[in-house]
Amino acid sequence: MSVATRDAGLDLGRRRSGGRRGRFRWVIYALLLLATAFYLLPVYLVVVTALKEPAEITLADTWRLPETWNWGSFVTAWEAFAPTLRNSLVLAVSATAGSALLGSLNGYVLSKWRFPGANVVFPLMLFGMFIPYQAILIPLFQFLRDVGLYGDLSGLILTHVVYGLPITTLIFRNFYAEIPDEMLDAAKIDGAGFFGIYARILFPLSVSGFVVVVIWQFTQIWNEFLFAVTLTRQETQPITVALANLAGGEAVNWNLPMAGSILAALPTLLIYVVLGRYFIRGLLAGSVKG
Amino acid sequence: MRTNDRLVAFLMLLPSLVLLSIFVYGFIGRTAWVSLTNWGADASQALALNPELAFVGFENYRKLFTGLIDVRFRQDLVNTFFFTVFFLLGTLGLGLGLAILLDQKVRFEAVFRTIFLFPFALAFIVTGTVWRWMLQPAGGVNVLPELVGLPALELRWLTTREQIWQFDWNTVPAYLAGTAAAFFAYAAWRAWRDRRRVRAGVHGAVTVGLLGWALSGTPGVTLLPYPEPHGFNVAFVGIVVAAVWQLSGYTMALYLAGLRGVPEDLREAARVDGASEFGVYRHVVLPLLGPITLSAMIILGHISLKIFDLIWAMAGADNATTDVPALLMYLRSFRANRFAEGAAIAMVLLIMVALVIVPYLRSSLKGEVRR
Repeated sequence: MSVATRDAGLDLGRRRSGGRRGRFRWVIYALLLLATAFYLLPVYLVVVTALKEPAEITLADTWRLPETWNWGSFVTAWEAFAPTLRNSLVLAVSATAGSALLGSLNGYVLSKWRFPGANVVFPLMLFGMFIPYQAILIPLFQFLRDVGLYGDLSGLILTHVVYGLPITTLIFRNFYAEIPDEMLDAAKIDGAGFFGIYARILFPLSVSGFVVVVIWQFTQIWNEFLFAVTLTRQETQPITVALANLAGGEAVNWNLPMAGSILAALPTLLIYVVLGRYFIRGLLAGSVKG
Repeated sequence: MRTNDRLVAFLMLLPSLVLLSIFVYGFIGRTAWVSLTNWGADASQALALNPELAFVGFENYRKLFTGLIDVRFRQDLVNTFFFTVFFLLGTLGLGLGLAILLDQKVRFEAVFRTIFLFPFALAFIVTGTVWRWMLQPAGGVNVLPELVGLPALELRWLTTREQIWQFDWNTVPAYLAGTAAAFFAYAAWRAWRDRRRVRAGVHGAVTVGLLGWALSGTPGVTLLPYPEPHGFNVAFVGIVVAAVWQLSGYTMALYLAGLRGVPEDLREAARVDGASEFGVYRHVVLPLLGPITLSAMIILGHISLKIFDLIWAMAGADNATTDVPALLMYLRSFRANRFAEGAAIAMVLLIMVALVIVPYLRSSLKGEVRR
């Protein structure tokens, strides 16, 4: 068999497989559109419901567009949720900052200053990321009550900083592991110490590491519910607790929880849409090695 | 100088280590101790600042698995089991399907990806609130067919009390022993294949012993003096749908990354050998996705065991039909102030999660060191 015929055969095969794919191409798009409908139907329903007058919301007409567009729901929801949105913002920003900074230092130590026993310590740290928080909730509640932080936002911030340490340490450790040791060795020869290396070399190089960690932590803390519902009082509630209380109540006008859902979802959705690449990287880092 | 820096490095890590050892391991130890006491049995002591706790051994655990009143906890375990199975099947199946579709060089791939993954950015509370509205008995999904002129559905999402696939709680030890026997049989087969006769013999003997014990009706273990039926609560179907909606994008992202990692040469070679497009997936691509499936199963499995807020938002915290251990722990501890019982439930939950996570962490980190 000559080279030419073999090449022709290969070409033919490729064309044939391409043609076969071409014939079923509409099936692929039909399935993708079907899936799109599944993912977007709830979005449509939420937006439409939030924009209806309460009197206009009946079960039978859930899918109909509003007769009159009522932006008032958002005003009402904004007024109802403003304090809890503020709580969520303070909580998510400060707990994210704290756990990211500590995680960055930890990751630096664990990847560049190996010490005896690190191979035991690290998995023990990581395990803290996976435990069901119910297993520490009772002593945590007792502890915060004993030190006077129960019901206080700072108690919840402390909680999120501590239980955020495993994941932030993991992400930074994997991030710093890719920075060559030679760079650090060179700096050491030039006389840089522990902090010098961190401040001059690693910290400036870790912008994208920080972006991944900050996005991941902000999203997780903003969305968290168990700690929030157990450790806060009415005036320190984050948005998730307030939304659950509102939607769980009897005889509720559905436009309000729907508008509230949009308010609660917007910050994390915005992050996802604008910084999607980093969001996905954090998501893959969450499965230990990715 | 250099040793000094090492010391500084360790000192920088130390606060985190101390915090985690107290907040994770110290607190787990404290929960374990509480679960062995009677805290909360006496209501007047329950919320005292320094409650007097008496050691009662494994009494709380015994009650959970064999006590008359704690039938709700046992149904919760069954709920968690079925929820996990269907949630995993749903997320893995849909995620893989979507990833394969997107792998066909489709237009607007980035748009589709963004749409499929966006629910992952939402809070379970938001997802739950939205789907609660979607699944109203006389609205939402049920009236969707009316838009195309079909009759409305009459599914009683979330509220039905129907239960299918019932079994007697007393048969659980037998099923557990059977499962363990299957693992030992597999280990025996592997040892035999590796020509490790002694090990194969031991594993084989354990297999036979476990099977014999299970088949003879688990003598020595009586959970309850009467049959207690448990089954799959149909009310969970809606919660599974919402959970799949939220997390199937995650598996899609994992699978898509895996598919993109399969070298094009490999596929081309299979095509040259005459494999159809279907055959390329069946014999070349899918086998390479095994490790991804396993780690997705573990990550999603441990999320599923801990599922809490989604159910709270969809069906309410007090709906016994859709209860799970994670929710019951909260109710027992912080609503009923029966802290010892709550702690016992928490420990059961922790053990279940650890059984999934610890082997995963071990193998995952071992592989890393080898690399």
